[in-house]
Amino acid sequence: MSETLPIHQALGMTDDEYADVCDILNRPPTEAELAMYSVMWSEHCSYKSSRAFLGRFPTSAPWVVVGPGENAGVVDLGDGWLAALRIESHNHPSFVEPYQGAATGVGGILRDIFTMGARPIALWDQIRFGPLDDPHNRYLLAGVVAGVAGYGNAVGVPTVGGEVAFEECYSGNPLVNVMCLGIMRKEQLVLGTAGTPGTIAVLLGSSTGRDGIGGASVLASASFDAGSDTKRPTVQVGDPFEEKKLIEACLELYDRALVVGVQDLGAAGLSCATSEPAARAGTGMDVDLGRVHVREAGMSAAELLMSESQERMMAFVDPANVEAVLAVATKWEIDASVVGTVTAGDTLRISYNDRVVAEMPAASLSEAAPILRRDSAQPDWLEGLWADTLEYRETPDITSCLLEVLADPSIGDPSWVYEQYDHQLFLNTIVGPGENGSLLRIKGTEKALAVSTDGNGRQCYLDPQRGGANLVWEAALNVAMLGAKPMAVVDNLNFGNPEKPEVMWQFIETVEGMSLACEALGVPVVGGNVSFYNETDEVDIYPTPIVGMLGLADPAPRSVPRLDSAEEGMSIWMFGPQDSRNLAGSAFEKIIKGHVGGRPTSSNPTIGKAVIELAIALAQQELVPVMHDISDGGVAVTLSEVCIASQVGAHVAYSSWAGLFAEAPHGFIAAVPDNHAAAIRAIADDLGVPLNELGTFGGDHISFDDTRGGVTSIPLSEAGVAWSGAIRSRMG
Amino acid sequence: MADTTTVTVNIRRRPSISDPQGATVARALRDLGHDVSDVRIDKTIELQVPPGDADSIRAAVTEMCEKLLANPVMEDFEIVINP
Amino acid sequence: MKTAVVVFPGSNCEHDVVYALETLGGSADLVWHRDTDLSGYDSVVLPGGFAHGDYLRTGAIARFSPVMAEVNRLAASGAPVLGICNGFQILCEAGLLPGVLLQNRDLKFICKPIHLRVESTNSILTRAAQVGDVLEIPLNSYEGNFTAAPSELASLESAGRVPLRYSDASGNIDATNNPNGSTNNIAAVSNGNVAGIMPHPERAIELILGSADGRILLESFLESKVSSHV
Repeated sequence: MSETLPIHQALGMTDDEYADVCDILNRPPTEAELAMYSVMWSEHCSYKSSRAFLGRFPTSAPWVVVGPGENAGVVDLGDGWLAALRIESHNHPSFVEPYQGAATGVGGILRDIFTMGARPIALWDQIRFGPLDDPHNRYLLAGVVAGVAGYGNAVGVPTVGGEVAFEECYSGNPLVNVMCLGIMRKEQLVLGTAGTPGTIAVLLGSSTGRDGIGGASVLASASFDAGSDTKRPTVQVGDPFEEKKLIEACLELYDRALVVGVQDLGAAGLSCATSEPAARAGTGMDVDLGRVHVREAGMSAAELLMSESQERMMAFVDPANVEAVLAVATKWEIDASVVGTVTAGDTLRISYNDRVVAEMPAASLSEAAPILRRDSAQPDWLEGLWADTLEYRETPDITSCLLEVLADPSIGDPSWVYEQYDHQLFLNTIVGPGENGSLLRIKGTEKALAVSTDGNGRQCYLDPQRGGANLVWEAALNVAMLGAKPMAVVDNLNFGNPEKPEVMWQFIETVEGMSLACEALGVPVVGGNVSFYNETDEVDIYPTPIVGMLGLADPAPRSVPRLDSAEEGMSIWMFGPQDSRNLAGSAFEKIIKGHVGGRPTSSNPTIGKAVIELAIALAQQELVPVMHDISDGGVAVTLSEVCIASQVGAHVAYSSWAGLFAEAPHGFIAAVPDNHAAAIRAIADDLGVPLNELGTFGGDHISFDDTRGGVTSIPLSEAGVAWSGAIRSRMG
Repeated sequence: MADTTTVTVNIRRRPSISDPQGATVARALRDLGHDVSDVRIDKTIELQVPPGDADSIRAAVTEMCEKLLANPVMEDFEIVINP
Repeated sequence: MKTAVVVFPGSNCEHDVVYALETLGGSADLVWHRDTDLSGYDSVVLPGGFAHGDYLRTGAIARFSPVMAEVNRLAASGAPVLGICNGFQILCEAGLLPGVLLQNRDLKFICKPIHLRVESTNSILTRAAQVGDVLEIPLNSYEGNFTAAPSELASLESAGRVPLRYSDASGNIDATNNPNGSTNNIAAVSNGNVAGIMPHPERAIELILGSADGRILLESFLESKVSSHV
């Protein structure tokens, strides 16, 4: 073994971590070993800054089959069906190369799902950018959307929903989070385990090249390799065609029970796909890098171990089944190589060109990773921000304010984005993009899965605990309005630089808020992802957790509430808290006043649960054709969206203009047909949910009557033009 | 003297960046019985620019490539000024 | 009638087509693109997707897949052969249908429901429909912009071989309701017992998913019998 080079710092390792490695090995690491520890102990792979705090999340429930720590969370849907769910970020790669960054983000999240044995059935994208008046932000939006479309559509997994939002803080650091849902029969579940000694490791899919951002590029620029600049790996290129073949091949392997475990190759590539399954199985493994099928000649052991080449999977196979596995690979026209053997003991031994280049306890790469307890402190500016509320002496002009809010790209019509995504493939999409959430049937059953993904960086910036909790409540209400009971959460925690105590404080507070809401709801967190270091020129993004909520409707309602189903003469009722005037963090103050201050309204678990029960009952009993939650833009925007979608006006009364734009949690409106009014009122009273009759649908104007006098009336067509041009008019 | 000068820009993915399209075409050609070990598919862009001295044309086109035509993190470009 | 639904590497609508045909009472099997014997089948569907990754040109590599010899044989024998979306592109590349499908006018992928007006019932797609019917069917493509040489276009039009055009909900056909720039708003092309359609009828067979207007097109296909070659 060769002497190591003094480059651990260039690889992002601290001196303490380097000393830990020497202690584990009882000697200085080789080049290859250092490469492996540096990627496995990176923030991205080890969650070293966040792990100590993620334990706060509630993670258990009787229906949880696989919780956090595996490739995806898995829950039991009953009758032998399982769902697998996972969310991941690809923020930094998408800034460097928006198309490929987003595309490879999609590819990675799909692999997390079919690694578990499930067929991926749907994707959601949560994307955030700086304002669209900057051409670079338009370039990033267009590239990211084309990348999600280019990969998702071609690989053949529909993108059925998501969210797009814009804030200045994302200008130098867009957020690209992608969530994937898969379903499977119980017997198809596969875990990322290496199995028993003697099991054979088979690498499937794309050849390995010098792809990969971060570690590998540092290596190339350090003294490992005297490669030229053009050799320096920077961008990973996704190949949805290869992935499609890989999905079908893997699903055939599971169907025929030809594998004992599977691990996808993502960040940290082969380092991770060998060490983690061995650690989970409590075994060792011998790996021969010379048998890896490669794209380029002359790669070093360190490069092979760190490569993040896409569309690769490691299958663990009983020796008797190896020929059958290779035949399946041949049929689906993918490459396969036998690269290793599981061994007794706990030693991961990597050889290359008849030389052992790395030898360590397998579990030391994943389980001995450092856990940091970084300093945290409430930001000294926070109380000043809470005190920074606007005083309104006069009622603003409701017409111009509402039109301006509707025309904002974070509020208005997102169809410019989702019309580029295949959102119908597999014939499951009962409710698709542009609605409260998505509803996907499971063919051959009465069941449907409801999913909502939600984020609100501005509210979390003003109060991360309240903001985090409110998001969970919002997502739960969104699935409830589709008739589904919330059953599991995955989260993507996008934060700034964790080395700053105020960012760690935001992180811990957010986790606390989300945990409190999940506990109140009885909904476990089954998986998540943390993305730190989202900053530009040392300015951190808003703390931006994204919540993905899965709900089960069993049976699915035959007639599901939709935004476009309001009709002339139906009443408009508002359910939930009625008295909010709080504009802190609202879209109104941001868009109209350019102001972000004050403290958002906190959630109320008692009301929150009752409202969710009410929404499920209304949807299940098919009592209301329309429900829509009150979120960004307040009830004025909520109502306008229903009017625009249904092509019908509305006439409502209000007592406080601020109440039209306030964004308190737990509120929704519904279109109430006369013949169901009594039944609806009885259920709401029974559950203790306050309600208020706001007015009626009808005519071709959206009209707001001030109960103290004065009417605002906006032509529906004008509201529609403002709303539908929000993104389209800026993107062309 | 011509009204415009033709400049050809060849944009190539860097060798370490994979080319799934090329790999698929190579496989299809081999299926058809052709002896082909590798295929790379790249872009050629032809520009008509005002005539001028080669250095200033090259500088202008280089800027176009860096700003728009090529993505420097994954592509190299080559500028050919046609006489 | 038994239908072979061809699976190329990269196809992705094959399961949906089988589901739709079986829902409508048909019988269908998936066949792999390397299969070289379709003798047990009376009709063929080339489904949507991205055969061979759509690399080089859509359909360019798929037309050389081994199964295409059998598809050609069945087409020549008068068996109904339908290409949907990517399958339409493959039939054009293979020369079984005229024309070519270019990138959408706005250079963006389009996934949304659009309207089609039935222009002719003389095709395997529309024989059960009425001229003037307006159908709501999802479109889902990046390369859906049909064009052909002027002489080919003239012969298509004069022979009534354009069964469906993009229209609005009332059946008006003009540039404002042309989603992708197709010449003469052409959404489908027929050549005797062979037809190609860009939108996805298999996505419109159940009201719970938004529309059941695709039924009449697939029912027409299922009712089409092997005919003497036109």
